[in-house]
Amino acid sequence: MMLLWLILIPLLGGAAAWLAGRAREAAARWVALASVTAALALALVLWVRAPVAPLPGDGDRWTLELVWDWMPRLGIGFHLALDGLSLLLIVLTLFIAVLSVVASWTEVSQRVPFFHFNLLWVVAGIIGVFLAMDLFLFFFFWELTLVPVYLLIAIWGHQNRVYAAVKFFIFTQVSGLLMLVAIAAMGWLHLGQFGVLSFAYQDLLAVDVPARIAPWLMLGFFLAFAVKLPAVPFHTWLPDAHTEAPTAGSVILAALLLKTGGYGLIRFAVPLFPEVSAAFAPLAMTLGVAGILYGAVVAFAQTDLKRLVAYTSIAHLGFVLLGVYSWNELALQGVVLQMVVHGLSTGGLFILVGQLYERLGTRDLSRMGGLWGVAPRMGAVAMVLAMASLGLPGLGNFVAEFLVLSGAFRVAAPLAAVAMLGAVFAVVYALRIAQRTFHGADVEGWRVPDLSARETAVMAAVVLTIVWLGLYPQPVLDTAAPALEWLGIAQPPTLASGGGG
Amino acid sequence: MSRAELVALAPLVVVTVVALLVPLLVSIRRSHGLAAGTALVGLLAGVAAIGFAAGGAPSQVTPLLIIDGFALFAMGLVFLASAVVVLLTHGYLERHALDRKEEFYILLLLATVGAGVLVSSSHFASFFLGLETLSVSLYALVAFARERLVTIEAGIKYMVLAAATSAVLLFGVALVYADLGVMEFGALGAALTAGAGGPVSVLGLVLMLVAVGFKLALAPFHMWAPDVYRGAPAPITGFLATVSKGGVVVVIVRLLLEYEGYRTTPVFGVLVVMAVLSMLLGNLLALLQDNVKRLLAFSSVAHMGYLLVALLAAGPLAVEALTFYLVAYFVTTLSAFGVIGVLAKDEGEADRLEDLRGLYWTRPGLAAVMTASLLSLGGIPLTAGFIAKFSVVATGVGASLWTLVWVLVAGSAIGIYYYLRVVVAMLQQPSEKAPARLSVTMPLASSVGLAALFLLLVAFGVYPAPLQGLIEGAVATLP
Repeated sequence: MMLLWLILIPLLGGAAAWLAGRAREAAARWVALASVTAALALALVLWVRAPVAPLPGDGDRWTLELVWDWMPRLGIGFHLALDGLSLLLIVLTLFIAVLSVVASWTEVSQRVPFFHFNLLWVVAGIIGVFLAMDLFLFFFFWELTLVPVYLLIAIWGHQNRVYAAVKFFIFTQVSGLLMLVAIAAMGWLHLGQFGVLSFAYQDLLAVDVPARIAPWLMLGFFLAFAVKLPAVPFHTWLPDAHTEAPTAGSVILAALLLKTGGYGLIRFAVPLFPEVSAAFAPLAMTLGVAGILYGAVVAFAQTDLKRLVAYTSIAHLGFVLLGVYSWNELALQGVVLQMVVHGLSTGGLFILVGQLYERLGTRDLSRMGGLWGVAPRMGAVAMVLAMASLGLPGLGNFVAEFLVLSGAFRVAAPLAAVAMLGAVFAVVYALRIAQRTFHGADVEGWRVPDLSARETAVMAAVVLTIVWLGLYPQPVLDTAAPALEWLGIAQPPTLASGGGG
Repeated sequence: MSRAELVALAPLVVVTVVALLVPLLVSIRRSHGLAAGTALVGLLAGVAAIGFAAGGAPSQVTPLLIIDGFALFAMGLVFLASAVVVLLTHGYLERHALDRKEEFYILLLLATVGAGVLVSSSHFASFFLGLETLSVSLYALVAFARERLVTIEAGIKYMVLAAATSAVLLFGVALVYADLGVMEFGALGAALTAGAGGPVSVLGLVLMLVAVGFKLALAPFHMWAPDVYRGAPAPITGFLATVSKGGVVVVIVRLLLEYEGYRTTPVFGVLVVMAVLSMLLGNLLALLQDNVKRLLAFSSVAHMGYLLVALLAAGPLAVEALTFYLVAYFVTTLSAFGVIGVLAKDEGEADRLEDLRGLYWTRPGLAAVMTASLLSLGGIPLTAGFIAKFSVVATGVGASLWTLVWVLVAGSAIGIYYYLRVVVAMLQQPSEKAPARLSVTMPLASSVGLAALFLLLVAFGVYPAPLQGLIEGAVATLP
């Protein structure tokens, strides 16, 4: 039941915020804040209670599980389960959700109750994605997140919002439908081999997928996740969606929604089709490296600060793709950590861009400069986040990228070496953020207030967590380790042995 | 006629009696409320009688009618849909100051009886009788608001095409009869399966499918749909899109289940072509529409194509998926046209995209219902349409109908785009004229109808197991 509450609290909280906001708009903010905080507290309790799950052979795979009948006729169950991987991503989700609510306290002034309704429903959908262990249920939550995100962009976004929202929706919807077909086919294969229709994760892991259709089914899953991640060349929706979305929307998109793609790859795409994935790994890793380089180079060329940050996401998530298809413990630990710290650092950057935009009314880099003198607290935060983004040792991103590269180096040394170049480019664009905004000459003569107490609290939470993960990432690694063991990374020693290593 | 047969026919008898009772009441006292109330109570009594008749099912009543679980389920669906149409129409007619409001319910009840006969027919004679009872009542219903030019146009178009369709259907039946000498579905299926049918009966079957294609507005026989959908009063458009099509779908399911061998004949090819064309043309043409009723007309062309995918996939799960899809489609379509009906102005329907602009901020409740039904048509979770689409895709994949599945996927991807266009329009800032619409009070009956539809839409999307169980029982006795 605890797992159900993790989903229900934001779901009901969203509805309550909408209703409460009809009387007084401010009430919506408080109700939303209270419900995400409560859910975060629940998730933290779960983490403290069972920080490390049993390893394979020592006990249950799931620290918590909930199995109900849902549509018995179609072999579909309401099956939620929690392991370390899900837990980490859920804690991240709710942490970011709290920050998003606080960060949009003054930015969103229109249709406040409905805004919080959508925000909390996306959060609920994302938590559902991380918990669902029935593929139909997974798809249900996967699609459930689309409409609220679409509305967040289309109603509260900037100038080109409708175009960006529709583009986002079409990309994710089409790739999602391909996954739907693949899921349906898996169910029928189970019927053919075991005599019953089933969409349960554990059941489908046992299905022996015929070699003739396995690549196609794998692609169905891979495309859905690659679009969400996003992997080059399926990324074109992302810069538009991020740029046009309101701050909280960008934060949710970058910090959380993209992670559902990475999670899907780890949880479903590779374990369901191990052999095909091994054969596919060189290509996927190449796409990952392409993303790292492309994202970094294009980010450098941007003049719109928000668009710049959006492109850095593509680069950072290239590491996720590279790491997942390296499929060894080192790389996957790095992937999990990268997903968490990218959520924090990019989420933080988007909040910062939102704060700048609230003050300056522009996101154009060429009009900024010299803001350090005006707003030193903001400058310091921007400096830390930019350093995190470029992977400075001592901050979380460094550990994550280092782990991914070490893992990838074992299976595909040349690709890992090329990916290293991405880290060099990252220095360039990250320094450009810091340089163009807070240093140099204040040509426009900005006079803006520094961070308020509320904003300082949000930024302090982000920065402290990033520093913590940079100095002592062990708790996260320990929590993720058993979950990764269960995925079977121990058995195939070098999955991507064909990767030119 | 035995007592058991009378019990089996009880639902049809009840609705027929009410259809005859309403004109009597009208001749005594003209009262809109009384007529609508009687029709509503009658339809609900018909639904209650289904429970009564279910004990004896399945039973063959004369060679013409089979009252089995499937027929009773479909009758329940049709009666409830008509009851909802009664609720939605009451407010609509009140607002439009038409004279002769009461006759509407007589025609509606007669059409419902026709649909009831249709879904329980097991013989070409009852098929034709049911279809004609339904269609002839619909001619008048479509043209009911005869003061409007578009309505007259729609009525005439519908009448000419429906009459031509009936002729084609009769000709098909005649060819089959000339070749095989049978009119009962069961005997026909047995004869065809035994290999008795020559090219003449295959041609007869294809002609029947063409007629069915017209009735279901399957491409390439869909041309009448946009104009008729647009011209008819919105609640009647809902009735036309659901009850009239649903009845025909049930008959075609029955006919094809009796003759599994059709897969190797041209009949299968004709159905595949109609399905593919409907899914593609329906969705592509819907992209070009600025009139919401026309848009929904093309969208329902596409949805009938999706339905055919489940029809063409064999097996008991396929019929269940098809029936679930039909239920979801009924609920969704009725609520969409219901909302448009509520928004209608005195001078005509508020069916342009522009008319829906800003609905979120002026009428949030209506906008929520409209959004839910559009998302359900698009197959988004938490709505019945999502479960329905999944079931159809699953059966299509299970039967390895890959071409159809890919076209379905492509079609729903396009579909989402135009459904979202309507959602976006509702989200935009209200246009200047919008505040006037605020003053229109929402009729109680329409509110009840729309609220019920909305609840069902969400309930079937969140917890569809009870409905799936009901359908499983209903189709259990089918061949």
